[in-house]
Amino acid sequence: MSVLVFIEQRDGQVRPVSREALGEATRIAAAIGGPVIGVCAAAKDPGLAALGEAGADRVLLATSDRFAAYDAEGTAAAVEAAVRGVQPVVVLFAASAMGKDLAPRVAAKLGIGLASDCTKIDPASGGLTATRPVYAGKALQQVRFPKTPALLSLRPKVFAQVSRAGTSASVEPLAVTLPGDGPRARVLRVSAVAGGKVDLTESEIIVSGGRGLKGPENFPLIEELAGALGATVGASRAVVDAGWRPHHDQVGQTGKTVSPKLYVAVGISGAIQHLAGMSSSRCIVAINKDPDAPIFKVADYGVVGDLFEIVPALTAEVKKLNAHG
Amino acid sequence: MIQVVCIKQVADTETRVKVAADGKHLDPAGVTWILNPYYEFAVEQALRVKEKLGAGEVIALSLGGPGVQTTLRNALAMGADRAIHLRHEGAALDSLSVSRLLADAIRPLGAGLIWFGKQAVDDDAAQVGPMTATLLDLPCVTAIATFELEGDQVTVEREVEGAREVVEAKLPAVLTTDKGLNEPRYASLKGIMAAKKKTIEDVAAAPSEPNLEVTALAPPPPRAAGRIVGEGTAAVPVLVKLLREEARVI
Ligand SMILES: Cc1cc2nc3c(=O)[nH]c(=O)nc-3n(C[C@H](O)[C@H](O)[C@H](O)COP(=O)(O)OP(=O)(O)OC[C@H]3O[C@@H](n4cnc5c(N)ncnc54)[C@H](O)[C@@H]3O)c2cc1C
Ligand SMILES: Nc1ncnc2c1ncn2[C@@H]1O[C@H](COP(=O)(O)O)[C@@H](O)[C@H]1O
Repeated sequence: MSVLVFIEQRDGQVRPVSREALGEATRIAAAIGGPVIGVCAAAKDPGLAALGEAGADRVLLATSDRFAAYDAEGTAAAVEAAVRGVQPVVVLFAASAMGKDLAPRVAAKLGIGLASDCTKIDPASGGLTATRPVYAGKALQQVRFPKTPALLSLRPKVFAQVSRAGTSASVEPLAVTLPGDGPRARVLRVSAVAGGKVDLTESEIIVSGGRGLKGPENFPLIEELAGALGATVGASRAVVDAGWRPHHDQVGQTGKTVSPKLYVAVGISGAIQHLAGMSSSRCIVAINKDPDAPIFKVADYGVVGDLFEIVPALTAEVKKLNAHG
Repeated sequence: MIQVVCIKQVADTETRVKVAADGKHLDPAGVTWILNPYYEFAVEQALRVKEKLGAGEVIALSLGGPGVQTTLRNALAMGADRAIHLRHEGAALDSLSVSRLLADAIRPLGAGLIWFGKQAVDDDAAQVGPMTATLLDLPCVTAIATFELEGDQVTVEREVEGAREVVEAKLPAVLTTDKGLNEPRYASLKGIMAAKKKTIEDVAAAPSEPNLEVTALAPPPPRAAGRIVGEGTAAVPVLVKLLREEARVI
């Protein structure tokens, strides 16, 4: 009755989303009684033994030079081999760029359904039930799995990591026959996005700006607040479509889905498509001059007024706090 | 080259969600149906490829009830050459069932490029593209932001956390489109007229056993009521204090 977790690595670094998946795996494993087993595809061991602290009992490692960059088909073959070998009852992926690409392939190979971007898993009630947002977050769908294993991908930043200090995982080689002579879709290079900032989906704090900023020349206001908070800058689609910010900054249904611990929406009205991307944030702050703006319906704390006065004051106040500890 | 574009009809994101009597699905009454917004990027790119090659055929493919005819007509109006309607009525199918039916329909067409949206904005599953590719045993790149075709080779970029991957693949290949790939065209009046004469082939779809069981659909629990901290800059110190001491997020 094991739980298998796909361990995502890039450039020899295990991604934080995999620690979140391991954390949830330990909770499921405790309920069903069984080990947590990781499966990783890499050119060389990215320090998998240390994942014992994050909840893994064992990690299966498929090594090949093909895994120096993401090889979708090779990785899918590795996960499939692990599933066939380990016979888990649950397989978890992160709903990250890689997990979203990989999990459906594994599901198709196994001929088993997949619940993607889940925000809650209930292992108890006679078979596992997964909860996932649908219709722009206006409804939650619950699904169950007619076949074993249950395949799920987890929304980043929703599931908590665990810490089992001093525990290490045993790392075991996984034999895989890789398809073809090499990847049919081959990653030629990976270029860092300008600024090298933390990706929105991995950020603890996000400050997003909307059309209320009036123009791209005013975004430094947002950047300064973000700098003081140690936050990443996001944007509404209106702002991205106007060319004020790049597409990778867009939060919302046709942008990124984020769940930071703090989301600050500045000059954003709160259209349903924007809310779809950020309403699972832990704490939401809205700054808007219109007291009837829909963003206030989801905000934990709202400030009504002119952002051009409020944001600089907020930045100053946060800086003051930082200085005094 | 033959290209296939898979299109889904979805409930408008503005639609008020009402749960059907079964407690599991969306009540279709009063729902406005739209084309999945990602589809436009896929159709647009397929048309550009055809225009560049100066030859070929773009086939729009959609699985669903009678309503998808409208969806397919729209693709035809944008410039697709013909359409296939895989007819299936009743509750929405799971992604693997949909992928199997699409793969079966696509296999005999001999397509060089098969296009999908990155995700459908109703179920937000983001599964059908890579699943169908796997069933067809074709290379696939998901959520592409750029596209170049040189002979039988495509080079695309996809955004990953904090970086972009540049990926190359040989045709035939499956691609799923992200927003920003291109500026989709509008259907012209001429295109709309021409679409009326194009054929939509009607094929009955026979899905197999479900691979996922939907047990409930419900509105999300309301967020704990928030509050307006105050107005203007006077509210700022209060806000910071609340964030630090009550919410403990800074
Ligand atoms: C299919 C589809 C997909 C979409 N996907 C997304 C998506 O992924 N993400 C997304 O964000 N949107 C998305 N949208 C667009 C969405 O519907 C809204 O149009 C968009 O979110 C609006 O952006 P905004 O809030 O910045 O602008 P607006 O709606 O124009 O709001 C600006 C706000 O700023 C406030 N304001 C103005 N001046 C000031 C000031 N001086 N001080 C304080 N406040 C001020 C105003 O009161 C207003 O509330 C999508 C739409 C569709 C149809
Ligand atoms: N019923 C369908 N008919 C045709 N294409 C579909 C259907 N369902 C999904 N797709 C395609 O698969 C993509 C991803 O959908 P999904 O996996 O449901 O998020 C969509 O953008 C469409 O291109």
